[in-house]
Amino acid sequence: MLIIENLTKTFDPGTVNEKKVIDRLNLQISAGDFITVIGGNGAGKSTMLNLICGVYPADGGKIILAGNEIQDMPEHKRAKDFGRVFQDPLMGTAANMQLAENLALAFRRGKRRGLSWGILEEERELYQKRLATLGLGLEDRLNDKIGLLSGGQRQAVTLLMATLNAPKLLLLDEHTAALDPNTAEIVLNLTDKIISEQNLTALMVTHNMQAAIDHGNRLIMMDKGNIIYDVRGPEKQKLKVEDLLRLFQELSSGGGFSDSMLG
Amino acid sequence: MQFLLAVEGAVAQGLLWSILALGSYITFRLLNFTDMTVDGSFTTGACVTAICIANGIPPVLALLVSLSAGSFAGAITGFLHNKLEIPEVLAGILTQISLYSINLRIMGRANQQLLQYDTIFKQLQNLLAEIGLNLSSDRVAIIIGLIFVTIVIIVLYWFFGTEIGSIIRATGNNEAMVRALGQNTENTKFIALIIANSCIALAGSLVGMYQGAADVGMGAGAIVIGLASIVIGEVILRRVIAFGSKMVAVVIGSIIYRIIVALVLQLGLSTNDLKLITAIIVALALFLPNAVSKHYAKKARELAAKETNDA
Ligand SMILES: Nc1ncnc2c1ncn2[C@@H]1O[C@H](COP(=O)(O)OP(=O)(O)OP(=O)(O)O)[C@@H](O)[C@H]1O
Ligand SMILES: [Mg+2]
Repeated sequence: MLIIENLTKTFDPGTVNEKKVIDRLNLQISAGDFITVIGGNGAGKSTMLNLICGVYPADGGKIILAGNEIQDMPEHKRAKDFGRVFQDPLMGTAANMQLAENLALAFRRGKRRGLSWGILEEERELYQKRLATLGLGLEDRLNDKIGLLSGGQRQAVTLLMATLNAPKLLLLDEHTAALDPNTAEIVLNLTDKIISEQNLTALMVTHNMQAAIDHGNRLIMMDKGNIIYDVRGPEKQKLKVEDLLRLFQELSSGGGFSDSMLG
Repeated sequence: MQFLLAVEGAVAQGLLWSILALGSYITFRLLNFTDMTVDGSFTTGACVTAICIANGIPPVLALLVSLSAGSFAGAITGFLHNKLEIPEVLAGILTQISLYSINLRIMGRANQQLLQYDTIFKQLQNLLAEIGLNLSSDRVAIIIGLIFVTIVIIVLYWFFGTEIGSIIRATGNNEAMVRALGQNTENTKFIALIIANSCIALAGSLVGMYQGAADVGMGAGAIVIGLASIVIGEVILRRVIAFGSKMVAVVIGSIIYRIIVALVLQLGLSTNDLKLITAIIVALALFLPNAVSKHYAKKARELAAKETNDA
């Protein structure tokens, strides 16, 4: 479904800050995969996601989505195939616009926009239904500005927005990191529910190792811009947090997980 | 009586200039883009109209030509910012400065009188006189101002409710999100700049005809006048949130600004002091809301402290 070949990215080339962040990375994602991604700070997880959706161009390598090379396409042209939820709850929504307006913007992801009305009456019903599935009582707040919602609520809405039109690939970058444990749990369960209901393919970066084991069918560990461990199916299900820590010690070239990763 | 007349004039000016303020509202507030093109595109609007009328082109047509000249000015700023990656403030300043020379070229001199020609103001005045309605030129200007302000507000209200308009508003909120939703933020900024500067040139065209002259210096400080109208409107109508009402607030802000100016002039200050006074008004209007919310925050703290002591 998505094939990454020899992907390379160096930030600030030719300066003292030059940093090779992604180093000949290879990854094959099959349709229906739900992959959790772990790795220390600065391992290149966010950079990999950003390269996939084109926030900045790669220096080398290929990204092939459903048979098409997309590595040279600008971000806005790739957007129709990707749903994204960022780590920062403020990043995924337009604060000064209503909940319904935000959903309407997302409903038209990747589509040509014209001079027809930005939100149609019948859409409101659909949004109300979808918001109700979140179980956060947001279905009654369609006309509220998104900026009035809490971080957790906004993140849940962003998740809904990213999946309103089933994307080919859903990219989640520590989307529960800024939430309290309770809300994080709710949003994670919602994530599971939406992915299984819509049969989505997803990449989910997390620092919570238990969550990385519990969710998804495949787990990859990144270090220094590369994948150092890739496990799936029953073998993944059997993993324990201790196993992951030990594996990281063995496979990574020094460093180590920060305490926060014990989540 | 004399003051009442001054107020009439102020309302007329306020309505005509409010179209400039509405244009600035699009860039400053909706797009969150500090567009400095304003002073130039406003003057361009007036100059193009003056030269068209002086060459026998019907005033209504001159108005439309001015509007497209303004859209062109906005497009240049958009090009400088998007394609040459010049920071937004500087991009606008560059357009504004070059428009000074261009405006001189358009008119072939520093100013163009219109007193001996027909303008839409005189046309309407004559029309009304024919049916026995003799109105002062300020009253005619109020009618024309109301008509144009209404048209502009309706068009903007419609446009910013469409899919394209919505994505422009979203660009002002969160560019990363707009790109993630598959829209090119360069395009959205480009469109918004074009629309904003079309409004601003339209205002320049109307003000030029109303004053009966276009002058290359007439736009100096226009941007601050636009801002003054926006912030006065926001301070006075603090609670409105709907887009339509916010635009009406800008218009009211523009009228109030002109009334303040009229008052100040009545007090004996000269028109040369106006720029200073405008700057003070803007500074005050920006400072007051902060001061008020700080005051309430302090009250809330005092109340909380008292409640803790009581408990
Ligand atoms: N836009 C950028 N410009 C320069 N350097 C960058 C940029 N983005 C990331 N980096 C650097 O690239 C490295 C990898 O960053 P990245 O954000 O991909 O890490 P990560 O694995 O997501 O880490 P974390 O768990 O902390 O989010 C870091 O050293 C970071 O400083
Ligand atoms: Mg990251």
